[in-house]
Amino acid sequence: MTYPLTVEHLTAHYGTSKVLDDLSLNVAAGELVSLLGASGCGKTTTLRLIAGFLEPTSGSITLGGRDLTKLPAHKRHIGLVFQNYALFPHLSVRDNVAFGLKQRGVAGEERNRRAGAMLERVGLAELADRLPGALSGGQKQRVALARALVIEPPLLMFDEPLSNLDAKLRIDMRVEIRQLQRANGTTSVYVTHDQEEAFSISDRVAIMNQGRIMQLDTPEALYQRPANAFVARFVGFENLIAMKVARREGENVTAEAAGGVTLTLSQARFGEIPDEFVLGTRADGLVVDADPQADGIPATLGLRTYLGRAYQYQCETPAGHLLANGALSAPLESGSTARLVPVPDQCCILRPE
Amino acid sequence: MTNRLHPALIGFTILVYLFLMGPLVIVFGAALSDTTYLTFPPQGLTLHWFQNIFEISAFRRTIVTSLQIAFLATAIALVIGIPAAYALNRYRIQLPAWLSTLFVLPILVPEIVLGFSLLRSVAVDASVPIFLALLIGHTLLVLPYCVRVISASLASFDFSIEEAAVSLGSPPAKTFFTIVLPNVRSGVIAAFILAFITSINDVSVSLFLTGPGISTLPIQILAHVEQFFDPTIASVSVLLMLLTVAVMAIVERTLGLTFLAK
Repeated sequence: MTYPLTVEHLTAHYGTSKVLDDLSLNVAAGELVSLLGASGCGKTTTLRLIAGFLEPTSGSITLGGRDLTKLPAHKRHIGLVFQNYALFPHLSVRDNVAFGLKQRGVAGEERNRRAGAMLERVGLAELADRLPGALSGGQKQRVALARALVIEPPLLMFDEPLSNLDAKLRIDMRVEIRQLQRANGTTSVYVTHDQEEAFSISDRVAIMNQGRIMQLDTPEALYQRPANAFVARFVGFENLIAMKVARREGENVTAEAAGGVTLTLSQARFGEIPDEFVLGTRADGLVVDADPQADGIPATLGLRTYLGRAYQYQCETPAGHLLANGALSAPLESGSTARLVPVPDQCCILRPE
Repeated sequence: MTNRLHPALIGFTILVYLFLMGPLVIVFGAALSDTTYLTFPPQGLTLHWFQNIFEISAFRRTIVTSLQIAFLATAIALVIGIPAAYALNRYRIQLPAWLSTLFVLPILVPEIVLGFSLLRSVAVDASVPIFLALLIGHTLLVLPYCVRVISASLASFDFSIEEAAVSLGSPPAKTFFTIVLPNVRSGVIAAFILAFITSINDVSVSLFLTGPGISTLPIQILAHVEQFFDPTIASVSVLLMLLTVAVMAIVERTLGLTFLAK
């Protein structure tokens, strides 16, 4: 069976400092949602609150209609996979996996059969009698995964499960985790600070900052249409230009940035433009045009680097340092002046922070 | 280049061992001497003095008392010390740093001061019976060792293991016994041995708390030496040594002594 997870208005404090601020989160049945952010953003706190290791100041946690908020951790029936594996060092691999079944009163023979079958699925059947100390990092994490899955939890949670593994293994393991999660259809919450990992493994990603979710969306939407400047910077928008609307003439909006820079943007192409906004683009979205009459940001070009598909220029403008790309057919010299023209479908009109 | 040891180093090593083992050899020899006074090398060989220990009722009584006190004090200290060490490590971040220092503070207090304070407060002011006063004194004496040794063992314990067990449906109290304790077993055993030996050898604290009719073996040895100078004392010492060796041998056989170094 698979259930949706609903977290509503969750607030938590460590002492007097607020670490989680009115956080709400819905994870659909069978969905994998990642909590992504730098350390201290509240992602692990959220996971520990859902697991029952911390108590919220206010708010509620519901799993498939069952209110977990006041339930002690050992009754929540949640599968957990830890960063440092957290295997029981004094128990064999088989007994590690069987531990959860034992707590549920599953008899010895049945227990070993099911633990064995689960170890088979993660490809570790022949290591069942070893102690965890004799396993490699990747094997340990597979045991941890098997141990969490064997109790058939309605919710599976991962706390940076791959960050102790080397780069190659990380990629293999995240595919494996995703496949197992899909096959079982287990609702999952996945905590990580690694953007690539979160984007590759998740149905949806919640980007967190200072105890709040900045944006919760599919990886594609986050990457192409960040909702605010924070998320834009997080997904690699190099250019964030704070602007104010000076004039509106029909569809056309003339906006000003610092240093007297003005741009005329068409709402038909850029979407609706509020009075105050941040124009965000990657270097791809700002094209270097040698024509001094072009409607763009006047810039003095600095260092040019070759990207294969384009040249990239470090640009000094009255609105600050920007990164722009120029055509391979017309390389420009350092020190020359040009205009940086925003490309509508590669630019985002963002809420200021 | 060969890896041969320098003769001076070998000589020095032998000297150190002689220094360490010498007194033991002398005591051992004296215990076997067929004379009525302590002497070395032994003159004649007899086991009479070993037999004599058990013929002197004061020795018989104090051996029993010492064993009782050592076992009980160690047991009580473990019952208090294990949860204390657990709490100090589990909630290290939340607890003030001086709290764990507080638990080892009694080690820094000279035992003789501890004994005297206990005499004043427990034996005189509260007029606690002698056996109980001894038990309280020895428990206080060995508790810091228990907390210290078990804390060291818990310091390398990963508490997310405990959380893993809880998330798998094991209630916290049960988790403590099935997951936490088995993983600090070596620390608990080391604490037990250390506490037991500390208690059974203690003179300073017991000196103040023993009284009419109830004494411990080291105090009895002291009293005996004051009156007699026969080899009984040496044979009691040998007996204590053999007891220690026996305990160590059992530990070595069952666990291996290396765990003490962990």
